Amino acid sequence: MKRAYGLPVLLPLAVLPFLLGGCNMVVMNPTGDIALQQRNLILFSVGVMLLIIVPVMVLTVVFAWRYRRGNPNKVYDPDFDHSTTLELVIWSCPLLVIIALSAVTWTSTHLLDPFRPLERLAPGVPVPPDAKPLNVQVVALDWKWLFIYPDLGVATVNELALPVNVPVRFSITSTDQFNTFYAPTLAGMIYAMPTMRSELNAVLNKSGDSWGYSGNYSGRGYSDMRFKLRGVEEAEFNNWVTQVKAGGGSLALSDLVELIKPSERVPAMHFASVEEGLFDRAVNRCIEPGKPCMIDVMRRDMATGAGHTHPHAVPTMPPGHAAEPLIGGKPKPALQKAPEEKGSGPNVTKPAQSDPPGGLEPGSVHNRDHQ
Amino acid sequence: MTDIHLKMIFGRLTWESFPIHEPILFGTFVVVVLLGLAIVGAVTWYRLWGYFWHEWFTSVDHKRIGIMYVILGIVMLLRGFADALMMRAQQAIAFGANEGYLPAHHYDQIFTAHGTIMIFFVAIPLVVGIINYVMPLQIGARDVAFPFLNNLSFWLTAAGAALTMISLFVGEFARTGWLSYAPLAGLAYSPDTGVDYYLWSLQIAGVGTTLSAINMVATIIKMRAPGMTMMKLPVFCWTALCSNVLAIAIFPALTAAFFLLMLDRYVGTNFFTNDLGGAPMMYWNMVWIWGHPEVYVLVLPAFGIYSEITSTFSGKRLFGYSSMVYATVVITILSYLVWLHHFFTMGAGPAVNSFFGIATMVISIPTGAKIFNWLFTMYRGDIRFELPMMWVVAFMLTFVVGGMTGVLLAIPPADFVLHNSLFLVAHFHNVIIGGVVFGLFAAIVYWFPKAFGFKLDPFWGKVAFWGWVVGYWVAWTPIYVVGLMGTARRVRHFDDPSLQPYFVIAAIGGLIILVGILGFVMSIVMGFVKRAELRDTTGDPWNGRTLEWSTTSPPPAYNFAFLPVVHDLDAWYDMKSRGYQRPADGFRPIHMPKNTGTGVILSALAFTLGFGMVWYIWWLALLSFVALLAVSIGHTFNLNRDTFIPADEVASTEDRRQPQLGMGA
Repeated sequence: MKRAYGLPVLLPLAVLPFLLGGCNMVVMNPTGDIALQQRNLILFSVGVMLLIIVPVMVLTVVFAWRYRRGNPNKVYDPDFDHSTTLELVIWSCPLLVIIALSAVTWTSTHLLDPFRPLERLAPGVPVPPDAKPLNVQVVALDWKWLFIYPDLGVATVNELALPVNVPVRFSITSTDQFNTFYAPTLAGMIYAMPTMRSELNAVLNKSGDSWGYSGNYSGRGYSDMRFKLRGVEEAEFNNWVTQVKAGGGSLALSDLVELIKPSERVPAMHFASVEEGLFDRAVNRCIEPGKPCMIDVMRRDMATGAGHTHPHAVPTMPPGHAAEPLIGGKPKPALQKAPEEKGSGPNVTKPAQSDPPGGLEPGSVHNRDHQ
Repeated sequence: MTDIHLKMIFGRLTWESFPIHEPILFGTFVVVVLLGLAIVGAVTWYRLWGYFWHEWFTSVDHKRIGIMYVILGIVMLLRGFADALMMRAQQAIAFGANEGYLPAHHYDQIFTAHGTIMIFFVAIPLVVGIINYVMPLQIGARDVAFPFLNNLSFWLTAAGAALTMISLFVGEFARTGWLSYAPLAGLAYSPDTGVDYYLWSLQIAGVGTTLSAINMVATIIKMRAPGMTMMKLPVFCWTALCSNVLAIAIFPALTAAFFLLMLDRYVGTNFFTNDLGGAPMMYWNMVWIWGHPEVYVLVLPAFGIYSEITSTFSGKRLFGYSSMVYATVVITILSYLVWLHHFFTMGAGPAVNSFFGIATMVISIPTGAKIFNWLFTMYRGDIRFELPMMWVVAFMLTFVVGGMTGVLLAIPPADFVLHNSLFLVAHFHNVIIGGVVFGLFAAIVYWFPKAFGFKLDPFWGKVAFWGWVVGYWVAWTPIYVVGLMGTARRVRHFDDPSLQPYFVIAAIGGLIILVGILGFVMSIVMGFVKRAELRDTTGDPWNGRTLEWSTTSPPPAYNFAFLPVVHDLDAWYDMKSRGYQRPADGFRPIHMPKNTGTGVILSALAFTLGFGMVWYIWWLALLSFVALLAVSIGHTFNLNRDTFIPADEVASTEDRRQPQLGMGA
């Protein structure tokens, strides 16, 4: 009975190899150099920590067994409650492990900073001095991913094609919700946030398809907010770009206004041409027609004394109050609602107003679950 | 009556707000109502209202309040666990063409409710309840510093829980995740009642928790028995002190964050909106300034529980008492400095990320020291493997794994691949189940005979133990694995069929935990049935070491006829070994606080205030608010708040108790 205390731990450990045989742990088996370094860091830290975890677990079982009441051959010392030597060991062992891990943390956090331009393409392969990174702008929409290739003038939705062994610089933002741009085979995840521009420098080393996701819950369509990550050889990538360009379709501001409306399970889309500056408009929240860009509002406010009356004041821009949001009306705060505007609070299991995900018309206001 | 009048009276409450169109939920609703009526009927029939009102609801006795907290926690555990099983079932079947049985609208509420309930209405009430019951006994006090406040704190927590529960049948709960992150929780994206229920429930319960924390700190600082210096304070009380100091410091941050979000939703400010200068990221910072220390608010008392139990069942003094105390204090301070590790991936830059990563890892040093201290308490001990001690060993083996994955997540580049994945979810369930929940069960088994006078049924207690421990590992090991397979959290539907076996195993693990939960309920039921043979006749069933075991089980209302004088850390062990004789005469009247119903009334008003605000029923909210103020002010004029238990009543109680007490009788 007492021997069985180790069982809860040992059982899953024993079954683990069989379970893992059938699965593809992409995080442990990445195709991009950044994710590879992150993987190595995980393995190294686990190894270091096991140096202390395993003895603790073994000692727990050994002490529990050895000093049980039923054991007649044990030493019982009820007043043994202090030992300076042991205390020293007790505090210094975790301390040493943490010192080692802290050093690794400090260096790796700086070396693997997503904003830091790549220095190598693969272990032992430095980035050639003349290599220019491929720019990709990522916009998280409700609930799909828009990828703009500004250097190539094309854009896609829910499909990200990358040439292998070419450094890629992602600029990442979002229109409404906090999402994470999560490509586990490539480089882990970065938040995509409205009004913010995040950056990620990464490279794929192997061709092949995998999936990327949003890692941060962003509303009802979140589960299916995923994109295909296609790693292709450089020549094939050029072919792909040519195909996209030949395929027609364009993404102008007015198209983006349509695309931005909530929709779920959107199939991959290609756009042969893209209006310039869409990403900057997304970051500055001025996709809506007539809405001033945040950066202009702030610049003007700076120039005019932040809105205070100023001897040399020029009229400020409208602060954006006037622009209606794209979807639904501008929400009215509860205390300003007239009785008839209060609406109705539905129940948990209110019947779906339209078909389950997939059958929803893109852009329908019901997609966001409010009237 | 026109629509406008209806809206003015009922706000946005309409027929649509009730589950009349959903047979399963409507059935549940009817059953709940019938059960409620049956209970009310039975209580009326047996004329128990007076008993419950005078002896329990209005009681300011810390022991009764502690028990009510624990009951609240267990009831809410059943609800939170039902949510967990529903999620496990959904994730086990929703692959490919199968959408599962829960639409997004429902599933998103379930994971939100699960997290919210488990932290705010299970873990906090259980921890607060056990501190409430045990701590005053351990420090040799007769009650807490502010007995009425204690009653009010409990009822405010209960009112918050009730508001959350009612959202199941009237309206809906939030669909925004357990911390209701902005901007998703803003009015633009969540206009329905869910987020309002969330905010008002947690604000009301949060006031209760803050007040309770103030109360506990004051009690430990001011009301220790003569001779009990801080370094003779039992370790559990030390952890309770640190936990409540933490709570006082952090809950205002949460309250402020929620208040600003309320302003956004009710008044139209733009603190956390995307436009007009709002900063949703500020909300994330504020809730995590609360959220990370909150983990330690919960786990520190659990550490204290493990310390008490290890020492008692090893028959030894705790190894390294001072180092335990310093470790607890160090954890308390460091826990304020780590909140940013919840969003390394937002791009704060390598210097900031490194700082918070390393600060997080540093916490594992005192935690590791604690683990070693428990180990060396067992070393050269005489360990009795009764149920509480079994929980301790299971905790040590489970928790170290969670600690390891925690340090892993604290390394920012590793966090970049693991954050927001199911690996992270598995990690925090590993530390919360393996650390907090195991500790709470250990505490319930350990102190149950003190509270009720009989032990829990050991057979069913073992069923509960093995169900939880095996169930935990079966349920959460596969979740670690799917996290490494790149699966994000809170996903309702999957395409990759290779994930399915893991989710099926996890669901089976959930069912094994269900066996554990049922076993726990059975251990109470069977303990009650067999209470005659499980009776604790000595007041000291485990051969304990601290003062709570020096009085009867259950203790009299005044706990101790004479306040004990403390000479040693393990005060009761010290008294026993010196052949302590209990005084049999010379009793004096005992000054005790008087019961009051004000806490119940104030909390009921807080509930109606919350309900009115959630449903935009302004007249009800206003009325409740005014009444709340009036009753609060009115209560300050209530000077009839204390009473003396006469000496002869104390003497007769002590005479009745005397044969029960093994030592000194």
